Amino acid sequence: MKTTTARRHSPSFTQSVVLVAEREITARLRSKTFLVTTGILLVLVLGGVIAGGIISNTSSTVPVAVVSSMSSELSNVNGLDLTVVDDRAEAEALVSEGTVDAAVVPSAEGSANRVTIIAESEAPSSLVRALSVAPEVELLNPSQTDETLRYLAAIGFGLIFFFSGMTFGPMISQSVVEEKQTRIVEILMSAVPVSALMAGKVIGNSLLAFAQIIAIAVLAIVGLSVTGQAELLSLLGAPLLWFVGFFIIGFVLLAALFAAVGAMVSRQEDLGSAMAPVTMLIMLPYFAIVFLNDNPVALTVMSYIPFSAPVGMPMRLFLGTAAWWEPLVALALLVVTAGLAILLGARIYNNSLLKIGSRVSWAQAIKG
Amino acid sequence: MLQLDNISKAFGGRIALDGVSFDVRDGRMTGFVGGNGAGKTTTMRILLGVLEGDAGEIFLDGDPLGAQQRRHFGYMPEERGLYPKMKVREQLVYLARLHGLSSADAGRSADSLVEELGLGERRDSTLESLSLGNQQRAQIAAALVHDPQILVLDEPFSGLDPLAVDTVVEVLKQRAASGASVLFSSHQLEIVERLCDDLVIIAEGSIRVSGEREALRTAHSSPRYTITAGSDLGWLRAEPDITVVEFDGGHATFDTTESAAAQRVLSRAVLDGDVTTFAPQRASLSQIFREVI
Repeated sequence: MKTTTARRHSPSFTQSVVLVAEREITARLRSKTFLVTTGILLVLVLGGVIAGGIISNTSSTVPVAVVSSMSSELSNVNGLDLTVVDDRAEAEALVSEGTVDAAVVPSAEGSANRVTIIAESEAPSSLVRALSVAPEVELLNPSQTDETLRYLAAIGFGLIFFFSGMTFGPMISQSVVEEKQTRIVEILMSAVPVSALMAGKVIGNSLLAFAQIIAIAVLAIVGLSVTGQAELLSLLGAPLLWFVGFFIIGFVLLAALFAAVGAMVSRQEDLGSAMAPVTMLIMLPYFAIVFLNDNPVALTVMSYIPFSAPVGMPMRLFLGTAAWWEPLVALALLVVTAGLAILLGARIYNNSLLKIGSRVSWAQAIKG
Repeated sequence: MLQLDNISKAFGGRIALDGVSFDVRDGRMTGFVGGNGAGKTTTMRILLGVLEGDAGEIFLDGDPLGAQQRRHFGYMPEERGLYPKMKVREQLVYLARLHGLSSADAGRSADSLVEELGLGERRDSTLESLSLGNQQRAQIAAALVHDPQILVLDEPFSGLDPLAVDTVVEVLKQRAASGASVLFSSHQLEIVERLCDDLVIIAEGSIRVSGEREALRTAHSSPRYTITAGSDLGWLRAEPDITVVEFDGGHATFDTTESAAAQRVLSRAVLDGDVTTFAPQRASLSQIFREVI
């Protein structure tokens, strides 16, 4: 009458977590939705990099006719495709027939300028700039990055965090609800501790999100260097690494919350409204960063708030307005918040998982 | 042996279980019978540790039951469900590994179980593509795949067609024969009657009767006999020590406290002509059930 259970070992907590995480990853990798969204994201990033490359290289050559007496002066100006002509009349003819965009001829006697540009309706600005004498500029407080670049970086960091959060977050919730809705959760609960179940889900999906973000970072870095935008890369490099660090912790924070709200409902149909508060925590910081990135005070505040720090702090590093210790403080703050979110999430998860039926209220979920 | 000792549980103010105690013995099939809401599912959930009881203890082979031993139990919850988009074999392997089997053992076990339950051809189909009956078989496989020594099955036969019932009955009997303890609940009293060695009847959260099936049947049987003969049995009414309960020409049901009187009836009937049946009538499960709840 002795029960023989000795043959089997009990998997450790870690082994259980690994098993659950493994299943999450395989299930995700088989989902067409997941593969397609990842593909779209990577294509978008690649497109952005290539577009940036094209824009920075479009200072293409301008065909210009030049009177032979001046050709030596223009030959060392970049971006011009020179056609040497004998006199002004021939130059004008070439301009009007469209062979060249403009012609450079000596100015008439008595003019203040030495050269005249002849063009059809508008003179090419690059040519005008090349021949103008610019006044000397001395900046007392030089801005390190220009407006457009800052805006693009804000949108770029924001978009990646936003996109990942909005893709993987609901995915975690859905996978929790799926287990509740199909009732397999009771079998799972009889086999592994609830905390292992939640940890496995959060870790599995987070790893996928990290893989995606790392793929994006690698694509961006390789793309920028291949398309000859190494200058931008050197500006973006360190903030990009910080971004990856912040992203990882920030994502775990969101994942724990998404797992918790998933456990509160029993049907996919109820998930949208349950997720709304957590979704807000992704959307609000995103829009704040996009719209307030030129407001230093707002940006400083956002770079410390745990939900916007993953975008805000790398932004400030990119702009060069953060002291060396600031990202460390923000990161520490984020780590603490993530820890608290995991505790709260686990509590909600534990209290709600077996409650099938109508949505579990927050009070019920937290108090148990 | 699994022993439940005085388990109680209340949900809000409603008492679901009130001092539930019974044993589940090794190598035996224990039928767990009760009406809807009697407390079967709650008892099973507490047994598995999915729910926590308010009071009482559970012992396995004399020691308090802990989470480690529970992980080796096989459980089929009342609310069925597996991953709809996962392949049958794959989910069985996954569940077996969660229960602590190595990857290779899990694979072997899943393969043989899939064959045993007649799911061999569907092993690589997703669960959602299976017929309902096959989904039920997969569900049974999920409870058995880690070769548990303690099996707790909540309504394992509901939703099964008669053929599938036979398959599952065979599989469960085999497990019991090899030493596993099987506790199963069911509404279908005739299946329980056919299958169980021991019986537990629960009503309104408390155990009404528990023990060996045959002993219970004997205990609840009145000394009643039925007889069917080729000749008219009208003379029975005049026999001493005999009370006729039912009479219809060649068929009669009578009570007697004297077994000698019953034998006398049989001898007389044989003299009159052929006797096709003569049997002591034992209480059926449904009779016992109605009697105790």
